[in-house]
Amino acid sequence: MVSADEDISAADAPTIVELSADDVLRARTEAVANAGLGRKAEHLLEVRDLSTHFFTPDGVVQAVDDVTFDLGYGETLGLVGESGCGKSVTALSIARLVPDPPGRIVSGSILFDGIDVLKLSTDDMRKLRGKEIGFIFQDPLTSLNPTLTIGYQIGEAIKEHMGLSSKAAQERITELLAKVGIPRPKDRLNDYPFQFSGGMRQRVMIAIALSCDPKLLLADEPTTALDVTIQAQILELIQRLSSEFGTAVLMITHDLGIAAGMCDRVNVMYAGRIVETGTVDTLFENPRMPYAWGLLDSLPRIDDVRGDRLRTIEGMPPLLIAPPKACRFAPRCDYARDVCVSSEPELTQREEPQHLARCWATEPGGWIG
Amino acid sequence: MATNTTVVGTRVAKPKTAAGPWREAAGRLFKNKLAIVGLVIVILFLFCGIFGPFLAPWPYQVQDLPAVFANGNRPLPPLSPNHILGTDQLGRDLLSRLLDGARISVTVAFVVQAVIILIGVPVGAVAGWFGGRTDNALMRLTDVIYAFPDLLFIILLSVAFRETAFGQALDGLFLVFVAIGLVGWVTVARLTRGQMLSLKETEFVEAAKAIGVSDRKIVTRHMLPNGMGPIIVAVTLGIPVAILAEATLAFIGIGVQPPRASWGSLIAEGQKFIRSEPHLVLFPAIFIALALIGFTFLGDGLRDALDPKLKGKQ
Amino acid sequence: MIAYIGRRFLWIIPVLFTVSIITFFLMHAVPGGPWDRDKRLPQATQDRLNAKYGLDQPIYIQYLTWAGKFIQGDLGPSYRYTDRTVNEIVADGFWTTVQLGIMAFILSVLVGIPLGIFAALGHNRGPDYVSTSVSIIGIATPSFVLSILLIVFFAVQLGWFPTGGWKGPQYWVLPTIALAGFPIAVIARYTRASMLEVTRKDYIRTAHSKGIRDQAVVSRHMIRNALIPVVTILGPTLAFLVTGSFIIERIFGIPGIGQFYITSISTRDYSLLMAMTMLYAFAVAFLNVVVDVLYAYIDPRIRYS
Repeated sequence: MVSADEDISAADAPTIVELSADDVLRARTEAVANAGLGRKAEHLLEVRDLSTHFFTPDGVVQAVDDVTFDLGYGETLGLVGESGCGKSVTALSIARLVPDPPGRIVSGSILFDGIDVLKLSTDDMRKLRGKEIGFIFQDPLTSLNPTLTIGYQIGEAIKEHMGLSSKAAQERITELLAKVGIPRPKDRLNDYPFQFSGGMRQRVMIAIALSCDPKLLLADEPTTALDVTIQAQILELIQRLSSEFGTAVLMITHDLGIAAGMCDRVNVMYAGRIVETGTVDTLFENPRMPYAWGLLDSLPRIDDVRGDRLRTIEGMPPLLIAPPKACRFAPRCDYARDVCVSSEPELTQREEPQHLARCWATEPGGWIG
Repeated sequence: MATNTTVVGTRVAKPKTAAGPWREAAGRLFKNKLAIVGLVIVILFLFCGIFGPFLAPWPYQVQDLPAVFANGNRPLPPLSPNHILGTDQLGRDLLSRLLDGARISVTVAFVVQAVIILIGVPVGAVAGWFGGRTDNALMRLTDVIYAFPDLLFIILLSVAFRETAFGQALDGLFLVFVAIGLVGWVTVARLTRGQMLSLKETEFVEAAKAIGVSDRKIVTRHMLPNGMGPIIVAVTLGIPVAILAEATLAFIGIGVQPPRASWGSLIAEGQKFIRSEPHLVLFPAIFIALALIGFTFLGDGLRDALDPKLKGKQ
Repeated sequence: MIAYIGRRFLWIIPVLFTVSIITFFLMHAVPGGPWDRDKRLPQATQDRLNAKYGLDQPIYIQYLTWAGKFIQGDLGPSYRYTDRTVNEIVADGFWTTVQLGIMAFILSVLVGIPLGIFAALGHNRGPDYVSTSVSIIGIATPSFVLSILLIVFFAVQLGWFPTGGWKGPQYWVLPTIALAGFPIAVIARYTRASMLEVTRKDYIRTAHSKGIRDQAVVSRHMIRNALIPVVTILGPTLAFLVTGSFIIERIFGIPGIGQFYITSISTRDYSLLMAMTMLYAFAVAFLNVVVDVLYAYIDPRIRYS
């Protein structure tokens, strides 16, 4: 009922009120619930103290370390960070697709629609995948089977989870192809992935991910492998389809611009930890962590002076084998002090609602105002 | 924002010094247990082949007839006095003959591969580098060679030139080596060509060309070192093929001439005694098996070590 | 696609042509002649025989004569077995050899591929060790050694199978196994490696993310893609079976055409030798093209381009 761009006339509501982003979010969640999509818990996804480690010959890589966050029904949450920060592994952990060996989820809980997926049997988890959880992978060229038609690949999850007759499944597949914007879907059902362009292939992947109307869409850098011009189309497609179906989206990206455009809330990850979280507006207007400042600062701006160097965050992320008990960003931080290297800050509440940050300096009483 | 008063620690995490690609590959190789086994066997094989005949208790052709007569005119079994692995029906010490066979096999292995490299690499490199009609012509040539039934061609050559001086060199072995090499260079040629084709398009070759480095230098200094990997693997894995070919030919009496003792001819000779004195067949068979296994494991290990994409064996 | 197939098959003709020329001239470069028996024939007799068979003509004429007859399907007279033509000799043993080759091929594929698949699926566990051991034995044991061992153990010792000959199905068992030993090992190794590589591919992860059953992932996604590269080694495998069968025939006393392989060379039986060369070369070339075409067909990326 409530939509940001819908026209609300006096006949629909007794008073017209200013809706904040939070209100929209809350209302959308309610709408989803009322649409009968099932709502067994307060949030669709409740990740608590998730730790995923990789046991390699060189040591134990703590790729994801004590990660905690929520994702509401129908919400779009961004997971932002540079390569290697653990964002992809987090998504893989949620779907329990972490390659084992050498990876393993060592601790924590993941409540999906009220069910702890880490406690499910492999077969029950399999039933959840594809049906309730859809995954969009980064590289559509290598993520599609080159020797099977796209019609077949889209239909696999449908046939497994939805028990439709082949005719009905066929219709649904054609419908999905049309929905993701593939022209002449009926003709292209029997085509192979190599016969599509990069952008089209990603649309096929989206069709696969959404084939059974999942509650959760895990999108791992869906546009990184694509041309810039196609990126916008794909993102718009994801946004449109997820709001149409009320699908929650975990959008993983290293690109802040994408996060800004698509997400309701954002988690910033660094070195396997969440270092800041908040709504999009809060984060972009009032970030409270030097890493976030660095990220925002490094975005090229249209009013930059030509010829100046691009701003970067100097240094490299730490190795995740035996990380020190300190702030992991400290070695690269311009504002670090003794306390930053001697003990690790916690995620603490900041000014705005739902805004948490992990930094000694910006805490109330810290040395940065 | 307040300025900090202490700058803590180093800003930049010091990266581990990256080893050169060869050293990395060597590291991967030595972690591979099967490859180490193969390497050990190959080293033993080379040792036996090169130094064996000097260390052998008997010259390979000497017949210890008195011992055979004393044994009721039968070949001596293993662990006989003076003959640790026994003898054949003419009293010739089996261990010594096996060592001679090792020498033959070592020579086969390396001479054949040398022939293959000397023909295959240049042909492939030229075909890949120049492309166009040269490439076409050379590839048609390889098609013809490839179509030749290998053994038949080798036998034909061997029998044809058996009586000539060429055929008598090295007791008939030289002929066999050349023949095996002549049919076997095609794979290496095709590999080299493939490597050349893909490397030709790389950026560092473009850069070298832009600076004006001569074609020949580009090929020898830049491309060959980078493309050598698969060729080394192919050569290593080609050695068991050559050893097998020589053994099979020796078995049917082609190639090595008596009294020299190729493992294959030892098996042929030992056949008739297989029920009563199986050691005459078993020991040569074991030696052949070990040589084949050793090079195969080593070749596999080299292939895994040199191919960065195959890292992370679980 | 049809054009591609046509071209490949047509290309066999010039290749065979070249092979025939090289073989013919090489053959005649060999000292000695078809009349060399234990007892030297008088020169006059030899001259008369040479004239009768046209061996006194210049080489290129002899070649053209042979080529002309060959195209018409006449393989010439046998110089050794003077009462028979080569066509008759070949006809006698040809199907035996073909049968042996086909049986060995089927055995190689039926054993080798599953062995490789199970090794990959049970990677570093039981099935892998079993399969790898079998592969090692297959590679390390030359076919002639395997033949001897099989005969000694199963024919002589246990008496389950005859030691040689080709008089019925029980005669087929040991030779087929002996011939298939090496190919089984190679195919198993290759299949295993290919499966392991496919397991690491991104599209397998996508398949899992759809929540389809494990055996569906394996059969529909893994095996199909893993077998495509395996087809490429079927060509050399067939070549091995074709050219290596003669040793097996010799050891087991099988009346195929393999026995004439070597004897035709040593007896300088020119027409028989040419026939053998052309037959084997044709078989190898033809089978290689078949394999290449098969490969192009099953990989949709090639089929549709």
